[in-house]
Amino acid sequence: MSESKAALQAFKSEVAAWMAENVPSDPGFLLPLTFLEVGTEQQLDFLREWQHKLWQAGFLGMHWPTEYGGQGADSAYQFIVDKELGRHRAPIIFNTIGLNWVGPLLLDMGTDEEKSKYIKNILSAEEIWCQGFSEPDHGSDLGAVQTRAVKEGDEYVVNGSKIWTTLGNYADHMILLARTNTKTERKYDGLSFFLSPMKVAGVEAHPIRKVTGEYGFNQTFFTDARIPASCLMGEEGGGWTVAMKTLEYERGVTAGQASAYWGVAVQVDDMIDELAAIEQDGEPLLSDPIVRDDLVGFMMEAKALSLAARRMAIPALGTDYPMGLALSVKYRGTEYERRMKQYTASKQGAQSALYVGDDDAVSGGFWQRAYFSNFGATIGGGTTQVQANIVAEHVLGLPK
Amino acid sequence: MSVTPNVTMTFSEEQGMLLDVARGFVRDQAPIDVIRAQLETETGYDSVVWQSMVDMGWAGIALPDSVGGAGMGVGSAVPVFESLGGGLLGTPLLSTTLAGQLIWRAAGEGAASWLARLCSGEVGALALLDHADWGAANCGVSLGSDGCLSGRKCFVADAGVADMFVVVANDNGETILAIVEATALSSDALSHNVVIDLTKRSANVDFTGVVPVDILRGERVVSALRDTLLLGALLTASETTGAAALCLSGITDYLKTRKQFGKLIGSYQALKHPTVDIYVGMENARSFIYHGASVVDDDPLSEDAETACRMAKVAADDVMVFAGDRSVQFHGGFGFTWDCDSTLFIRRAQWAQQMYGGAIHHRKRLAALLLDS
Repeated sequence: MSESKAALQAFKSEVAAWMAENVPSDPGFLLPLTFLEVGTEQQLDFLREWQHKLWQAGFLGMHWPTEYGGQGADSAYQFIVDKELGRHRAPIIFNTIGLNWVGPLLLDMGTDEEKSKYIKNILSAEEIWCQGFSEPDHGSDLGAVQTRAVKEGDEYVVNGSKIWTTLGNYADHMILLARTNTKTERKYDGLSFFLSPMKVAGVEAHPIRKVTGEYGFNQTFFTDARIPASCLMGEEGGGWTVAMKTLEYERGVTAGQASAYWGVAVQVDDMIDELAAIEQDGEPLLSDPIVRDDLVGFMMEAKALSLAARRMAIPALGTDYPMGLALSVKYRGTEYERRMKQYTASKQGAQSALYVGDDDAVSGGFWQRAYFSNFGATIGGGTTQVQANIVAEHVLGLPK
Repeated sequence: MSVTPNVTMTFSEEQGMLLDVARGFVRDQAPIDVIRAQLETETGYDSVVWQSMVDMGWAGIALPDSVGGAGMGVGSAVPVFESLGGGLLGTPLLSTTLAGQLIWRAAGEGAASWLARLCSGEVGALALLDHADWGAANCGVSLGSDGCLSGRKCFVADAGVADMFVVVANDNGETILAIVEATALSSDALSHNVVIDLTKRSANVDFTGVVPVDILRGERVVSALRDTLLLGALLTASETTGAAALCLSGITDYLKTRKQFGKLIGSYQALKHPTVDIYVGMENARSFIYHGASVVDDDPLSEDAETACRMAKVAADDVMVFAGDRSVQFHGGFGFTWDCDSTLFIRRAQWAQQMYGGAIHHRKRLAALLLDS
């Protein structure tokens, strides 16, 4: 379905008008930069209310089916909403694991019952989701997951520990990858995928403090936690396939996410605007030829990323390495953003050393915090180095 | 001015067919042994292959049909040059195409007879540079009151096979384009350059005493010259991107078959990860050239088109230099030999990065374009 330009333009005006009325003003406390940093009840309540409002207005999961709370519209509409959220500097839409990973996964592979049970509450923010993939000893090597789930009657008994569980201390459900069989020939074949409740006895989430000084991550402990056997998604032993599909949604390789607005978007223009106000040696920073050359480099990277996204829609220009552009998005995009934020944080003279909380910090220490926070993107969802291996092996066909 | 909003990329079915045809042609007519057979010949290319390209209409690929060209728009040259680069096929097509652009943009249909000759396969050469600086005014050749040119031009690509030259010259402070027939040159006018890329040829040309057969002048000359330099950057970038893709596939083939310490060397991350960076750089360059192809047209180039051409050149140069360099290194001892195609890639990289201005030349201008307006 392709939408007429006029219809999309009219919709954009409608959304912009709604945002001007409804985007909440500064609440007077620090809001998280991304969904990975929701660390206080105050932030949680605020973001939950905001997401609910956006959904009620019909602006979230617009391309999801109406029977599950979506609008049944073309994804172009959600794209416009996400753009406008950024333009209005709106608070983030935080229930990301539900909205962008679990929701599309269920729509793709879930049963009708699973869809009816979970999807609408994801959109409305009534239920929060977290992800239980990584373990203390198994981050990038997901196939080696050790958390055990043993079937007893109509329940599974879960023991073990998951780490980096974003939103884990607030979540109602977890997508849980656990080992149901320790005796399979291939380690992957012993894994199962659960839509597991968090608010049951034996599940505890302990917040972890990050480089930014903020929270958002947890280590989640399972101690003889009993979950209904009906939580199993797909077949027992078929968890790896479901997990890999989840990662496609997580990494943006496959489309279907409810909202791309999971973090404060920083554009190369924001960087240039910020640096344009800074002086060095008594002269504008932007008159320094080295800085100018560096900025051209960043602008080219930004442009190349936008062009790559555009090019993915032209299959004839992607025949040499099918999926190559999509599979390298995370590798390129997250590293570019890390360097861009670090650069901006480091070009503020003595103020480069200030952090959030200091009245003299440039833009309230935004760039320093954004730089540190960005490691969530270069490490989470498969580190940059693992992404390079994925591109090498799956795009270029190099051996493991 | 913001860089990101314009991400125009149009690719018609017609252009897709052109890309397929051009790739197929290079694969069938110019495999690497055909290229290697020409490395040390005088012209550097096989005249039969060149004639086939002319027969397919490529000599006029960037020109409108009103003057005998293909009428597909100047952007349609991008898939052709990308494909030629993808086989390291050196022919005078780049020179001929850009000579056509300079004449067309400066004089339009008023110069139809020259353009018709180029479209029919006569080789055109651009005599631009007085010295090694792509950024200088380059009007050292001047037109005297006796109607004769005086002065020389450097690094004139394909001068040895050119039928006609377009010479950027100075007539009492006015920049003009002098059309010179090759037959008008004295027998010792050319001194051939020893070119680092063995698939390319160029020469210094002394135009002293030559009477131009035509003079193009007027207000369009300066912008035509500017646009031709930008298109030269874009088309060189297209050719370079194709070469980088070929270089990449040579590297990955080797990494998938060569064993050391009992393992395929492609399993080592020290080789794997830089190869991924070559891949990413090649895809970037490819996005930029097709974006460039989508924003250039017969009108004076817009700021967005200028940005696209310059970025394309920077991206293509950077990846080609890196790819050629790593190709030699990753092939080990064999990579250091003449017989390994890496030598062709590293030489192409060094040649391409200066053509129509290197990365620093373009980055400096991009900074002014994007940060000062």
